Amino acid sequence: MGYQGHFRVWRGSDQGGGLEDFTVEVNEGEVVLDVIHRLQATQTPDLAVRWNCKAGKCGSCSAEINGKPRLLCMTRMSVFAEDETVTVTPMRTFPVIRDLVTDVSYNYRKAREIPSFRPPAGVGPGEYRMQQVDVERSQEFRKCIECFLCNNTCHVIRDHEENKESFAGPRFLMRVAELEMHPLDEADRVGEVQSSHGLGLCNITKCCTDVCPEHIKITDNALIPMKERVADQRYDPLVWLGNKLFRRS
Amino acid sequence: MRAQIAQRTLRTDRWWLPPLTTFVGLLLISIYAAVRTFMGDHYWVDEYRYLTPMYSPCLTEECLPNAAHFGRILPELPGFLTPPVIIIPFLLGFRVTCYYYRKAYYRAAWLSPPACAVAEPHAKYTGETRFPLIAQNLHRYFFYAASFLLLINIYDTAFAFSTGIGLGNVVLLVNVGLLGAYTLSCHSCRHIAGGRLKHFSKHPVRYWAWTRISKLNAKHMQLAWASLIFVCLTDLYVALVASGTISDLRFVN
Ligand code: SF4
Ligand code: SF4
Ligand code: FES
Ligand code: FES
Repeated sequence: MGYQGHFRVWRGSDQGGGLEDFTVEVNEGEVVLDVIHRLQATQTPDLAVRWNCKAGKCGSCSAEINGKPRLLCMTRMSVFAEDETVTVTPMRTFPVIRDLVTDVSYNYRKAREIPSFRPPAGVGPGEYRMQQVDVERSQEFRKCIECFLCNNTCHVIRDHEENKESFAGPRFLMRVAELEMHPLDEADRVGEVQSSHGLGLCNITKCCTDVCPEHIKITDNALIPMKERVADQRYDPLVWLGNKLFRRS
Repeated sequence: MRAQIAQRTLRTDRWWLPPLTTFVGLLLISIYAAVRTFMGDHYWVDEYRYLTPMYSPCLTEECLPNAAHFGRILPELPGFLTPPVIIIPFLLGFRVTCYYYRKAYYRAAWLSPPACAVAEPHAKYTGETRFPLIAQNLHRYFFYAASFLLLINIYDTAFAFSTGIGLGNVVLLVNVGLLGAYTLSCHSCRHIAGGRLKHFSKHPVRYWAWTRISKLNAKHMQLAWASLIFVCLTDLYVALVASGTISDLRFVN
């Protein structure tokens, strides 16, 4: 049955803002986004919120609910007690545009910094042949809906704005892993993932994995395997010693 | 400009509980291990050939002769040092550089971050890019060393069966089982066994190994705790029997 729910929603812009209290109707089976829409329809017609699919597939409605980074459209109201105040704020890591809408262009910038898929010379589109077992690993990463909740949660940039320059964030470190594990990709990605995309900044504390709505095992299946590849290439003392002794580069 | 929100976190759940539990758990175990290490006694039950994993292998002059399965090949240690100090750097190194324990103590002890979406207290952050944390990349070498020590523990366990079967044998057996599962489920092991390959289809055996290890690897955290706690319990059991506090429950003879 419906009830009157307590909501606190962050309202404002890059000039400043704060949490505002609302009492709004909540009905059975609704998600947080439904209630935000009801707020828009009945009390705050100018409340800004980004959304598209309402099915957890477009990655538009990322925000933070009671401090936890989540999709507004996939968070059921039934997980809260009826007398609980539900606090909704925009993602903290990205600049706010208005209310719940943030400017996520950091992510697009980072995506462009990753060299694209490089098939073997002479193999054109339509001529790619590969075994299912060989592509399976990178297919897990293709489930990503680009909600950027992982990048938003990662403390490397969430708590340290200055690291944005040198850190691609879990989403795009995973993109490098996807290409590195792809059976037909021939680019050397291991050196770059450490030097240009900031893999060394990740301390594998797994918050990206915890918040991913697609349940991709980002840390276990992408980040740690990349760290192991970097260790192969850079931090293997035997290789290092060999290079010193025989002056290989 | 980011949205201005003064609170360090707006989480309403007890986010501080898991890091606190981890911290207390690791602290208690460290204290127990330190006490037992420097006790230098009650690590060997001569009658049933039980050797605690914490003192295995026992290699120095002060080891009880029968406990030194591979001979007392090292000279007596100076001062308060005891035989485990030879192997502890490897065992500790393995756990400290383990990807799971890293997560655990970065969160619980260094608060970096204390929990997801809870601001960390540090002004600067360089992750694992510099000394000393860059040395975490040496994990696989500790994996090799720990695997070798595990083989010795397996030998000790088998050797203890030569006098019959008691509860102590079962304890030792479960202990090596858990240690084996923890070691096999290691991320470096997963990488070395097959994860590093680009084409699984060309290496069916390694691919098979990788799929098995991947299954275990998903439980790495649970295995890390289970094996750590059980090593302490095994040691405690051996200590209690060795000191005559309790007597071993015998099944065969
Ligand atoms: S595991 Fe690494 S990338 Fe993921 S949130 Fe933690 S520090 Fe960031
Ligand atoms: S990896 Fe998961 S959390 Fe990150 S952007 Fe993709 S779907 Fe979102
Ligand atoms: S609206 Fe598309 S994911 Fe929520
Ligand atoms: S990752 Fe935990 S032991 Fe290697």
